[in-house]
Parts: sequence; C-alpha cells; structure tokens
Amino acid sequence: MKVPLPRPNELWRSPLRGPWLTSVLGAVLLVGIPVLFVTGLLSYAAYNPNLSHVNDKTPGKGLLGFYLFSWPTHPYWLYRLNQGVHVTLGIVLVPVLLAKLWSVVPKLFALPPVRSVGHALERLSLLLLVGGGFFEFVTGILNVQLDYVFPGSFYPLHFYGAWVFVGAVLAHVALRLPTAVRALRSRDFRAELRTPTSRTRPEPPDSGGLVAARPADPTISRRGLLGMVGLGSLALAVVTAGQSIGGPLRGTALLAPHGRSPGTGPGGFPVNKTAAGAHIRPQDVGADWQLTVSGAGGSVRLGLAELQRMAQARAALPIACVEGWSTGDQHWEGVRLRDLAALVGHPDDPPGVFVESIQLTGSFRAVALSAGQVRDGRTLLALRVNGADLTPDHGYPARVIIPGAPGVMNTKWVGRLTFGATDFPERT
Amino acid sequence: MTSPDRKPVVRRLFHLLYGEPWWHLATLLASFALCGYAMAQLLAGDWRGVLEWAVGAAVVHDLVAVPLYGSADWLLHRAVRGSRPRSPRRIAVVNHIRVPAFVSLMLLLVYWPLISQDSGAQLRYATLLDAGVFRTRWMAVTGVLFGLSGLHLAFRLWRERRKAPV
Repeated sequence: MKVPLPRPNELWRSPLRGPWLTSVLGAVLLVGIPVLFVTGLLSYAAYNPNLSHVNDKTPGKGLLGFYLFSWPTHPYWLYRLNQGVHVTLGIVLVPVLLAKLWSVVPKLFALPPVRSVGHALERLSLLLLVGGGFFEFVTGILNVQLDYVFPGSFYPLHFYGAWVFVGAVLAHVALRLPTAVRALRSRDFRAELRTPTSRTRPEPPDSGGLVAARPADPTISRRGLLGMVGLGSLALAVVTAGQSIGGPLRGTALLAPHGRSPGTGPGGFPVNKTAAGAHIRPQDVGADWQLTVSGAGGSVRLGLAELQRMAQARAALPIACVEGWSTGDQHWEGVRLRDLAALVGHPDDPPGVFVESIQLTGSFRAVALSAGQVRDGRTLLALRVNGADLTPDHGYPARVIIPGAPGVMNTKWVGRLTFGATDFPERT
Repeated sequence: MTSPDRKPVVRRLFHLLYGEPWWHLATLLASFALCGYAMAQLLAGDWRGVLEWAVGAAVVHDLVAVPLYGSADWLLHRAVRGSRPRSPRRIAVVNHIRVPAFVSLMLLLVYWPLISQDSGAQLRYATLLDAGVFRTRWMAVTGVLFGLSGLHLAFRLWRERRKAPV
C-alpha cells in the first residue's frame, strides 16, 4: 500500500504566512537595514582611516572607502548618537529579522529546488543575503559583548561583511519591491490591526508559495504575531538602550554590558581598557613620567607639574564606544593640544598629531588625529576629570579627549605627541 | 498594440534559456559584482572560518533552529489543547505562554555571551564589571514576563466568566 507523503508545501501550515505579512516585516527591515548600514559607514569614517595606517583596520578597502571624509568635531555628541543608534537598532531588529525568515521558510524547501538558470542565480543571491545578514548580526552582537570567538579581527569582518550583505540586499529589494508593494496594498494595515484571531483568514493563494496549501486553524491573529515581534523588540530596546542614553536610564539596561558603572566618585564612569589590562605599571606613570612633544620647531619634554602650570582648559565631553555604550558628558580639565603644538613650532594653524601611549602592545595604543581635531579648543590632553586627578584606569597621568571621536581614539597614558606626523617617528 | 508574442525573438529566446527577464540577470550580476569585490577582502584572512560562520549560521537557523522552535510550539499546543483543541480558552492559555517565552528567548539569544558567561572573564578584565549578574537578571526578567502574562490571562478569564450568560 502506498502512503502519500505530505508534499513539502503542505508541511507549513500556519494560516498567517503570506505575501502581506512578509512584506510588513520586510518594510520594517527596509527602513532599519539602511540605517544600520549608513551608521556603520559613518562609524568607519569617524576613525579618519585615510589619515594613517594605525587608524585603519581595513586598509584593503579600495573602492569601498569612496565616501570617506574628515570626521568633524561638531556636534561633539555625533559619534555617541551614531553608535548608540547603530548598536541598539541592530539588537532591536533581531526579532523582526527572525520573524521575516520564519515567514518565508517554506520557500527554502520548495520543489523543484531549481526551476531555471535565473532561479538558481537568485537562490545563490539569497544565500549571500541570509548568510551575510546572519554574519553581520552575529559578529556585531558578539563584539558588543566582548566575545571574540569569530574568525578574525572584528573590524574587517564586520566592514567587508556589511558590503556583501548590502550587495545582496540591493538585489533582493530590486527584485522583490514591486511584489512587496502590491502585497502591502492588498490588505488595509489598520483593519488588520483590528482583526482578532476568530476572524483571521489565510491570505489568498499566491504564486510565490508563501500561503499554506492546507492552512491550519489560526491560534493567533496577524495583529497578535506582529505584536509579539514588536514586544520582543521593545524588550530588547529596554534592556539595551540605557547603556547608550545614560543618566538614570543606565540602570534599565539590565542585560547590556555597560548598564552599570564600575565605581563611584569622579572616575566612576565606565571603562573598556584598564591600566592592568594595558600592562601599565605604577613606575611607568610615577614621578619620572614625562611627555615628549615634538613638532617642526623641535622637541620638549614635560613632567606632570609643568603641564599643570600651563593654561588649563575645560571641556564637557562623553566617551562613546564603537560597541554602542557611552558615558554622559564628563568634565575634563587639561592642556589644549593646540597650546602644546605652539610650544614646538606651530603657533597658528597647527597640523594633525600622532599620539602614542606608553602602552607597549595592543590595538589603538597610537592614533593619528586630524588638524581639525587638534585645532578644536575642546581637544585636550586631560589631566583631571570631574574635579579630581585621572584614575589609573582612565589614563593617569594624561589622556587625550576629542569631541565627537570614537572612544578608543582618546588615547590613555599618553607618552608622546608628534605634531605633523601620521606614523611612529621611528618608522618615518 | 504589442502582444507578448510580438516580443523580439532574442528576448523570447533569452527567457526560454534563462527563465526570467533580462533585467533579472542584470540586477543579479551587478549585485554579485559588489558582493564579490567585498568578499575578496572578507575572505583574505581565515576564509574557511568566515565561510563556516556565514553558511553555518544560515544552515543552523534553517535546519536546526526553525524545526526546533516549530516542534516546541507544536508540543505546547498538544500539551495545552490536547483534549479540546478548539477551545478558545485553551488557545488563550497557549498564547499567554507563547508570548513571554518568545520574548524571554529573544533576550537569551541576543545576550547569550553575557548570560552564559562565555565572555565573563574578558568583561571583568576590560570593564571591571562583574559578569555574574546577567543570568540572574535574565531569569528575573523571564519570571516577570510570565507573571504579567499570567495575571493578564487570569484577568481575561475572570472578565469572560462575568460576561458569560448564567
């Protein structure tokens, strides 16, 4: 006796699947993914990668760096906002992405697997779309939690992966947008939000194979499904956004890595690289510590007391990390970089500066700053924060603080400033 | 008037061989050019690792995660609605479990590295923060979600009973 096996399109029985539902979820991603992409590109530009190889973790970018520009210092919260949006939105979109994939899963198993050459190429493109999308979301989510298990350095993986993903997204949108627009027009969104489970019916049979051939009775309405996905996104936003918004909301970021401050007092705000982690020994930053400042007019060496005798400037600036967390404005006090430039032969219009930490190894122990960053009066070699000396973990005896730049460029435990240079003096 | 049959022969032949209109191929080729250009750099390092991660994530999602959550949902329905599958009250119970479970699993999925303490040592080392709090917090949030859902269900059932004809 022959038992008829269920045809693959009969395995998927949810009465909610259909072009309309897929298009609603797709429309959310169609807004969200471009925002993620643009904020991601801006974040790369914020490192001023064209200035120096030490700023650039993706030197092989070629044409993909076509858009780069000198990163501004106004408004000073630009990077904080950019990166808060990038990371928080990426996390918030996870339920939408998974729901979108759930809504189209029957197509993965559709038979025959390949109908034509064109269909085969489109499926290859979908592999880039889904594989690239997962790759971007997974590497980003792991990196913000400091879980460096992915195969390589985060910057190149996430940057080049983004271009692969976006290349596939562009094709997908170009090929599917007409269908999606038709599907969105096929049902009234607000009427759908008033339809309870008891009145939920499957969408009319479609040529794309999303609507179930043998739909089961509904157990949840489309409104219910969209609400559930939205609630997932809302919950993720609530436990995440506070690490970026800060203030009293920081405490609501229950699951985010920087939902707490490591201490209290003037230096109690979050850190991401400690003195011990950077192998800074107490004797390296003791009474013998000196800062070397070089420029076109020669070199000077300054101890902490000499720096303290120079004109002290103040700036209220946040630390904003590529990982999406940031501090509120901290009150920094120290010497303007442009005043230090004036000491070594750059009285007016100083050039950029190459900043080196006494940290001997590790990423971003040196950074090149643009002339624009040096000339901004709020760019300081900070000696104090919030009315007290810097703590060891915040870079005692001196650190750089720049308006609008990524957190990691605010070099701690500074040992040498070379005006007009973009590389280690030994190398040039 | 141009009928489909009056299309140039070349175009019809293309459609016959390729199965889609010409702009379908043009779009995909343009997309592959961009993807390929970026992929040359993406795969310049540990190419095998990158491919394993990208393809692996898609395969794990499609062949493991989807069947897994699909069956979990099916089991939930069987367990709750077993004897009276059409009872709206039973379906309501299913949804009052489904929704908090979904939200809780989303939080677990995204924050797995912190909740599982996979990156706990690195977190402590870099930020001076204790990574041990996240599991407790996730369990507490999950408890609150199920609690609120349960209260809402109880309220719904109570209201229904009051409305129901005696």
